[in-house]
Amino acid sequence: MKNFEYAVPDSIDKTFEYLKSSKAILKAGGIDLLDMMKEQLISPDRLVNIRELEELKFLKEDTNGAFLIGPGQTLSELAEDQTINKSYKALAQAAGGVASVQIRNSATLGGNLCQRPRCWYFRSADFHCSRKGGDTCFALDGENQYHAIFDNTDGCAIVHPSATAVALIALNAKLIISNGEKDREVSIEEFFVTPANDIERENILNKNEMIITIIIPADIKDYLSYYHKQKEKQTFDWPLADVAVALRMEGDRCQDARIVLGSAAPVPFRSKSAEQALVNQNINKDTAIKAAEAALIKAEPLTLNEYKVPLFKTIIYRTICHTVGIDPMN
Amino acid sequence: MPRKEKLFVGINKDLEEITVPIPDADPKPWDGKDELKYIGKKVPRIDGTYKTTGRAKYTFDIKVPGMIYGKIIRSPYPAAMVTKIDSSQAEKLPGVRSIIRVKDELPFPVRFAGQEVVALAADTEHLAQEAADLVKIEYDQKPFVVDLDEAMKENAPLVFDPKDEEKDKVKNVRDARIYPKDGKSEEIDAVLNSSDHKIEATYRTQVQTHCPMETHGVVAKWNDEKLTIWASTQGTFMVRNQVADHFNIPKSDIRVITKFMGGGFGSKLKADTYTMLAVKLAREAKKPVRLMLSRKEDHLSTGNRPNSLQTVTVGATKEGKITGIKLKSFGTAGIGRGAGTGGPARFIYDAEKIYTEESDVYTNAGPSAPFRAPGHPQGAFAFEQTIDDMAYKIGMDPLEFRIKNSESDKVRQAEYKIGAEKFGWLKRNPKPGAEKGVIKTGAGLANSLWYYIYSPGSHVSLRVNDDGSVQLRSGVQDIGGGIVTPMAMIIAEELCLKPTDIKITIGDTEFGLAPTSGGSQTTAGLTPAVRNAAYSAKQRLLKIAAGLMEVDMKEVKLSDGGTFSTIDSKKQMIWKEVTAEIPEGQFSVTGERMEDYYETKRWKISGVQFAEVKVDTETGSIKVKRMVAIHDCGRPMDRLTIESQINGGIIQGISFAFYENRILDRNTGVMVNPNLEQYKIAGARDVPPIESHIIDLNLGQSSTGAIGVGEPATIPTAAAIANAVYHAIGVRIREMPMTPSVVLKALNKV
Repeated sequence: MKNFEYAVPDSIDKTFEYLKSSKAILKAGGIDLLDMMKEQLISPDRLVNIRELEELKFLKEDTNGAFLIGPGQTLSELAEDQTINKSYKALAQAAGGVASVQIRNSATLGGNLCQRPRCWYFRSADFHCSRKGGDTCFALDGENQYHAIFDNTDGCAIVHPSATAVALIALNAKLIISNGEKDREVSIEEFFVTPANDIERENILNKNEMIITIIIPADIKDYLSYYHKQKEKQTFDWPLADVAVALRMEGDRCQDARIVLGSAAPVPFRSKSAEQALVNQNINKDTAIKAAEAALIKAEPLTLNEYKVPLFKTIIYRTICHTVGIDPMN
Repeated sequence: MPRKEKLFVGINKDLEEITVPIPDADPKPWDGKDELKYIGKKVPRIDGTYKTTGRAKYTFDIKVPGMIYGKIIRSPYPAAMVTKIDSSQAEKLPGVRSIIRVKDELPFPVRFAGQEVVALAADTEHLAQEAADLVKIEYDQKPFVVDLDEAMKENAPLVFDPKDEEKDKVKNVRDARIYPKDGKSEEIDAVLNSSDHKIEATYRTQVQTHCPMETHGVVAKWNDEKLTIWASTQGTFMVRNQVADHFNIPKSDIRVITKFMGGGFGSKLKADTYTMLAVKLAREAKKPVRLMLSRKEDHLSTGNRPNSLQTVTVGATKEGKITGIKLKSFGTAGIGRGAGTGGPARFIYDAEKIYTEESDVYTNAGPSAPFRAPGHPQGAFAFEQTIDDMAYKIGMDPLEFRIKNSESDKVRQAEYKIGAEKFGWLKRNPKPGAEKGVIKTGAGLANSLWYYIYSPGSHVSLRVNDDGSVQLRSGVQDIGGGIVTPMAMIIAEELCLKPTDIKITIGDTEFGLAPTSGGSQTTAGLTPAVRNAAYSAKQRLLKIAAGLMEVDMKEVKLSDGGTFSTIDSKKQMIWKEVTAEIPEGQFSVTGERMEDYYETKRWKISGVQFAEVKVDTETGSIKVKRMVAIHDCGRPMDRLTIESQINGGIIQGISFAFYENRILDRNTGVMVNPNLEQYKIAGARDVPPIESHIIDLNLGQSSTGAIGVGEPATIPTAAAIANAVYHAIGVRIREMPMTPSVVLKALNKV
């Protein structure tokens, strides 16, 4: 690890000032950042620690009924918050299922959305892969059991690692991004960048920008939501497959559906085909299975991750059932 | 002259009387009729609080004045010639004290990614890394092979160059090790082919790395011609001896210290390259050198459990008697050897004919090292599933089939009985895959098989001081099993004190020779020496007490609380009154582990485990609901540390069954998961309730009768789980780790 400066701003304004140094980088929980530095994948000359910034920690409803979340909230705080558990259950479940208690106590929502991929080729300094400026995706004909089954042919087969992103897309969240002078609001779907658009980045944040607010729109209160993460082991593991479902119901009939797959593609993967299969349908195990099958029709697994197709089908139909309170095992 | 002692030996309370010659200086061995105060009970580790409060100092924690930091530079390529090494830039860096090459002559070959090339030492860890980044090494890359099947192909790149290597390295597939020595494949085939039933199946297991909590490493310090090494090792004397040989220095000039160590599982037996490099760096730099490996280096270079490709064939009569067992196995220990898996096939069951054929296959990967029962967990996974298959094929209960075919092993028979009862075996539905629904439960069992190993020669010294304190010294290291607690229990038992009264100092080759903790031999190899020393001390004290009470020594006894009294109890003296009269304030006695008193014919360690699992047939995920384990380890010493060994063995077995997998990138030969995130190990929520039962097996073969259990406990776990999975879903999982991918494929869902 190279030497670096450690800057501790006492306000958001100061943060942007400190970020102006050439290789400055934001540090919130520090979970992902320190991993990257230890493996010598990045060597910032300045860490700007925003972990203690109170301005980034809030959970509140605005006057229009939208729910506002500060990016400095830890995953533990989100998982335990009563409002989130009641009205935005998928987010509480996603945040509560990440890594380990110790990590959730430190990791922030902003950091979770901006973390770098876990692809083992990307994470190892031994592999100069396409995402690090090389010209090879080692996963394509290599060890790809944990890689993408959708959109994996654009030179990089990573899966996006953020569980909370999967839930927040299902909840149709927006992000406010600021560079200190100007704010911009984007839908969270627009936030993530595919390899086809830019292989070396996972989101649209510019170097001098940060997320300052996460917004869940008011109308999402009318939705039921649920998130499930299928892990290989039950302690401290990344998902093999995860899914978030949000449904607006009228009686048994589904008025609107939002279904998002994690660990499936280089960005959280919204399955419009699964959604279409549910809209205007009564939700039961049969329609849930049909939607799950629709979600996987276009899957293009690699050499070692074919198992993800049946796995996703299973967790999608089960999660749809759980969303509306049906026991999928019956 | 040995005296004759009558001993009651046998399983639990099923005892027979035998007469055994015992040397006069030794105590009567504990036998099946001895009811003891501590031995065989549950006693918490006497050093437990040192670990839980952080006072225990591991090699990792050692800091000596003037210490500098070593760093090894390793080959990034799986096969190459090192053609040029330029360390001039690194040498110029202030604070860099020594830079050495693994081999002086260029060029030299490297045969796996992670092999040592250069080592250096600098004033700080940071500086050592910086210097390492400045060393320029040129490699001439060669074709390589990291996959077992690829390495076995005729046109595969050769791992060793036949031109300049020893004779048996001219090809990747080494000549098979055949058992029995004069065995013939045709003979066993004839038996199998003429049997009423024959089953043949092929299994694969993965490479597992040891992942001890404390990574490998040493601190090496020269003082003139004398060398001290603080080592994270499971063999203090082995490290001393190997370093002495390597540097051609007298063993008496080397001291190896291991006060606490964070696990080894077999990978910390030998001194290994990193130790030699640290010693050399320390000599050149004229400063103590700390060289602790990173987790990545641990994965790459310090050993592993070889993978396996095993074909097992079993024949049986329609009445359910095994006629023949055949195993043909291949496995890769990287550039090392020792991938055989035949133990379980050879020694668990009574069969007319047994034949095994095991071949090591060289690949461009780090060499294996012994790993908690080398060859046996993977052997059991294949063999015990085939046995299960045969039972179902004949239409017999898998337990009944095993009972019928291991009649000669009385210990095992007792274990089946206890296990079946404690597990509730008879309550299961005999039909596999019978349960309705997507999630199915199943029950299975598998046998363990290990060997009674000990080496005579270990000795300890025991001091009793005139203030009543008792000290024991032994060179033994505690690999983590907790050997100091049974040591203290034994002395307390013999001297009628409490285990916490005994001060035990271990982990230093300046003290008496002790077993290397390999082969589950520490307890068997050391405890008799401890008891013999305590017994000698007791004789000395009885003599002193007799003098003080003015009676004959035979008239004095020592009883609870360290009270000396005459047999008629008329005279009594407490412990301190007697020890106060020790001439010159202290005496010291030694105890030695001699050969067993007689040939017990019990060269095996048995053991059986039962598993209950829940399989989700739509996700392929398996949850172990509970494990019941029945093990034997001679006369149990501390039942609590034995249970901990069983728990640890089972947890490691579960981890092996489902998660652990060293993955080498097929295209570059580089390991993709050299960490503890992507190299997955079972965590708290992956561990089921574990119930263990320990048989009392008194043999009277040594003064304590102890035998080991560390390895037996991990052998049958994955096999028992796999058998339970079959019972749940009616489909065999013949590949490890049993991931959702593997299970879904077996269920034809992929």
